[in-house]
This record gives sequence, C-alpha cells and structure tokens, in this order.
Amino acid sequence: MLAIFFKRILLAIPVLFAVATITFFLIKIAPGGPFDADRAVSPQVLKNLNEAYNLNASNWQQYVDYMSGLLRGDLGPSFRFPGRSVSEMIATGLPVTFELAFYAILIALVMGVFSGVLAALKRNTFLDFIPMSIAMIGICVPTFLMGPLLVLIFGINLEVLPVSGWGQLPGDKILPSLTLGFAYAAYIARLSRGGMLEVLNQDFIRTARAKGLTERMVVVKHAMQGGLIPVVSFLGPAIAGLLAGSFVVETIFQIPGLGRFYVEAAFNRDYTMILGTTIFFSAMIVFFNLMSDLASLWLNPRSRDAS
Amino acid sequence: MNSNSLWSDAFYRLRRNKAAMFGGFILILLIVVAILAPWIAPYSYSYQDLNLGASPPSSEHFLGTDVLGRDLLSRILYGARISLLVGFVATAVALIIGVSWGIVAGYAGGRVDSIMMRIVDVLYGLPFIIFIILLMVIFGRNLWLLFGAIGAVEWLTMARIVRGQVIGLKNQEFVLAAKAMGVSNFSMFRRHLLPNILGPIAVYATLTIPQVMLLEGFLSFLGLGIQPPMSSWGTLIKDGVESMEEYSWLLIYPGITFTITLFALNFFGDGLRDALDPKTSDN
Repeated sequence: MLAIFFKRILLAIPVLFAVATITFFLIKIAPGGPFDADRAVSPQVLKNLNEAYNLNASNWQQYVDYMSGLLRGDLGPSFRFPGRSVSEMIATGLPVTFELAFYAILIALVMGVFSGVLAALKRNTFLDFIPMSIAMIGICVPTFLMGPLLVLIFGINLEVLPVSGWGQLPGDKILPSLTLGFAYAAYIARLSRGGMLEVLNQDFIRTARAKGLTERMVVVKHAMQGGLIPVVSFLGPAIAGLLAGSFVVETIFQIPGLGRFYVEAAFNRDYTMILGTTIFFSAMIVFFNLMSDLASLWLNPRSRDAS
Repeated sequence: MNSNSLWSDAFYRLRRNKAAMFGGFILILLIVVAILAPWIAPYSYSYQDLNLGASPPSSEHFLGTDVLGRDLLSRILYGARISLLVGFVATAVALIIGVSWGIVAGYAGGRVDSIMMRIVDVLYGLPFIIFIILLMVIFGRNLWLLFGAIGAVEWLTMARIVRGQVIGLKNQEFVLAAKAMGVSNFSMFRRHLLPNILGPIAVYATLTIPQVMLLEGFLSFLGLGIQPPMSSWGTLIKDGVESMEEYSWLLIYPGITFTITLFALNFFGDGLRDALDPKTSDN
C-alpha cells in the first residue's frame, strides 16, 4: 500500500513538471503582449512594465525564474490586477470554490447513493424506474441549462431563493450547490445501482443472509462496501468535472470563486493568472485522482491483502 | 430469415428496442433538418426585425423572436448545423486518434504497449477542459481549432477500448494465419483487425457525440466556443440566459432542443450497445 502510494507520487511529479513547462511555453507563443492595451502606453512605461514583469529576459531565463518561483509557491504577479499576486488570488477564490464543491459532492453522494442502492434493491419496480429516469435527465440536462432553469423556477417565478451571490443572503448557497451536485447525483446513482446489482448476486451475500443477518446489516455492512467501489473510483475524475462545472455555476450565480477568476482571466488574457491557475488545477486534480485510487484500493479487500 | 451475421442480428435487436429506435428517428430527423436548414427555415438566421424586438411565440414566428427581432426557430435550425457538425467532426477526430493509438498499442504489445497506455493514463488524470480553454484563448476562437481541441481530448477512452479488443483478437487463428502469410502490419490493421472491432467502436462513437456536444455547449456558454454571428445551441442557451427574466422562451426552446438531442443520442447509443453486445445489456 505504502509502496504504491510513493510510486504514484513519484510519477505525479514529472507529470506536473511537464504540465507547467508546456503551459508556460504555450503562453509564450500566444500572439499579442499582455500590455497591448486599448490606449497606447508610452515606450518608457512599456519598458518599465516589461521590466517589472521580468519580460525582458530571454524566454529560457524567464522559464527558469518562473519554475524556481513555482517551487517556492510563488506564481508571480497578475497582469491585469496590478499589485496582486496570482497566489493571493488563488487563496481568495479557493475556499469559496471548495465550499461549493463540498456541498455539491455531499448532495450528489447522499442523493446518488441512496437512490442507486434503493433502485438496486427494488430492481424493476417503480422505486427503480423513477429514480433512474430522473438520473437520465440529470445526465442529459447540462449544468449550464440546469442552473438557469432552477433560477427561473425557484428564483424568478416562485421567488423563494436568491438568484445570485454566495454567503450574502440566507439560502443563496442552495441553488448553486444543487445545480453542481445534480449531474453527479445522477452519475453516482447509476454507478451505485450497477455496483450493487453485481455484488448482491455474489456468494458472500447469500452467506450473510443464510446466517440470519438482518437485511439492513447485509446491505449496509456487506453489500455496500463492495458495491460502492465504482462510486469511489468515480470521485477522483469527478473532481475534474466539478471544476469545469464550477466555471459555469460560478459564472451563472456570480460567485467569487476560483472558477470565475479563471474564466475572467481567460477573457482578459491575464496570462500569469491563466498559467498559475492551470498549474494549480492540474496539481489538485492529480492529487484527488491519487486519493480516489488509493481509497478504492483500500476498499477492495483483494488488492488490500495483496500489497 | 434467420441470418447469422453479427450486424443483421444486431439490427434485429435494435429494431425491437423502442427507446433506441425513437432516439434514432429523432436523430435522423435532426440531421435532415440541419442539412435542409437554409431551405426550410422561415427566415434567415441573421435577419433582424428591430421593430419587433423580443416577441413571444406567434403565428408568424412559431417560437418567438430574440431581442434583436431574429426568428428563434430559424436560429435553432441553423444552430443545429453547427452543433451537430461539432458533434460529428470532433468525434471523428477522436475516433481516428483513439483507434490508431489503441490498435498500435494492442497489436505491438510489450514495452510499446505499456509506454503508450501509461501516456493515456497520465493524460486521463489531467484537467483537459482547462487546456481546451487555454488553446481557445491563445489561438483565437476558431471553429476548426475547436474540433481539433475537443477531438484531442475525447480519444483516450476509445484508445483503451480498442486496445482491449485488439489484445483479445491478436492471438486468434485468423490473425496468426494472416501473419504467417506475411501480411504487412498496415493491411493487418485494415483488413483483419479493424472490421472485427467495428461494433465497440460504433457504440462508443455514438456515446461520444453527446459528450462532445456538451463540451461545445459548455465552451459556447462561457463565450469561448462558437462566436457570433454564427450560433450553436450552446450560444443560443447563453443568449437565452441573459434575457430569461423577461423572455423565458429564449432559454426554454433552445434548451428543450438541446436536451432532446442529447436524450436521443444517449438512448440510441445505449440501444446500439445492447444490440451489439447482449451480454452487458442487463443494467
């Protein structure tokens, strides 16, 4: 177990290094300088700007400087917001995005696992068909449509929930978290139904029933541990999807999180911000994938005993 | 009547699956409508009737008009062309990369295989959506770049599926016989391996199209995909969101169209999978 852990971390380091390098040079070949502003700046100002942002050095020198800054956790200054560093902006946006993602995952897990397990236990009854049809809707209605529709229904027509913001009005966290969580609830419901169906047919479940365990014990203690492995393995890659979802949800609901910062940076051509957040997102996703792999290894007794 | 070929059996099973047939019917309808858009659309997609402004559905404009007085039905019909085009072309790009990668890795085996698949594993773990955004920002928001970028992201699963299939095939007698006769690698891929893995490829391709369309919609929604005056369903939804408080039909009709299309593609893809591979069909 520990050996696998270290092996995976050792693999992650060169991957992140490559990501940082590729992104850095991609941005260098991007057309247009960061200070091609609407109004012309005097040559002297431009020279000073270039100096301040270390753009006079050779590309190679800039790369070395950037990478050594990266090792110290310094992602450089933002091009568009003078006086603010990229690290600072990430530190401001990250807690908000994390909170949003946390609620979304929580909603997705509670809704998804509950309805998936129920559907598997009551296979081919209404309790199977109805949640699974809703799940199909969740998969087919994209976040960028679900969000506005929820706003239209609950925010504008029924006027029961605020339509934007984060932590300013009571209940304004509900719609964004639901929007982001719903699609994942759908996937998780399908995955847990499939996983449970597979496990419920196995011998050890029959043994557990034969020795007289209550149905509740059989399901919760024996079946769910194996049946939910697909859900756990899905959670790692889901983090990447949540991130993309947060771009949309934070834009729709005007939430000051990292996702919206990233989209704004993409529009403003704030190159250092794009570079910094790309590297940061990649590191985060590699980390969460690692965690979810380890968790599913640990949940699966066969691989747990083998290592 | 009982022919034994894989494809006719599959077609028989597909025909009995109502949801899949319905999905297929919707799809064919959409494709025909998209191709014929210039002839059947009641107005041009860019024709503006500024006196009209945003008007609710009426007998002249079945689905109403947008804030610039453009006919929504016509814009949805023209949008179908772009959305479906992105869906099909980007999937084709993903298909070409994924199938070639998977065949080579699976057939070569050994070290080449493990290096190629390790690359796929590593790429799987990266936030590709961010790289697409990055590419769109750096190289401008260009339709062809969009095809390429989306295709370049969606090939990974295809490569894994194809590799698995090829590994299953490569020690079978007909492949060994072909090898013994000195068939070149290229014709081995084309004549012997490819025809035998068309089933899983067709299934996965059908299921990739909705993924790609979602991705395009997502990018267009953020304003990083299709640029005006062209419109896809994603941009129509984006426009609809901006004015949904007063003119909700501008969000609802494009949204319904998009969702129905995704449903149709998913049902058809699931049906195709069940038809071609009855073993996995029970859940």
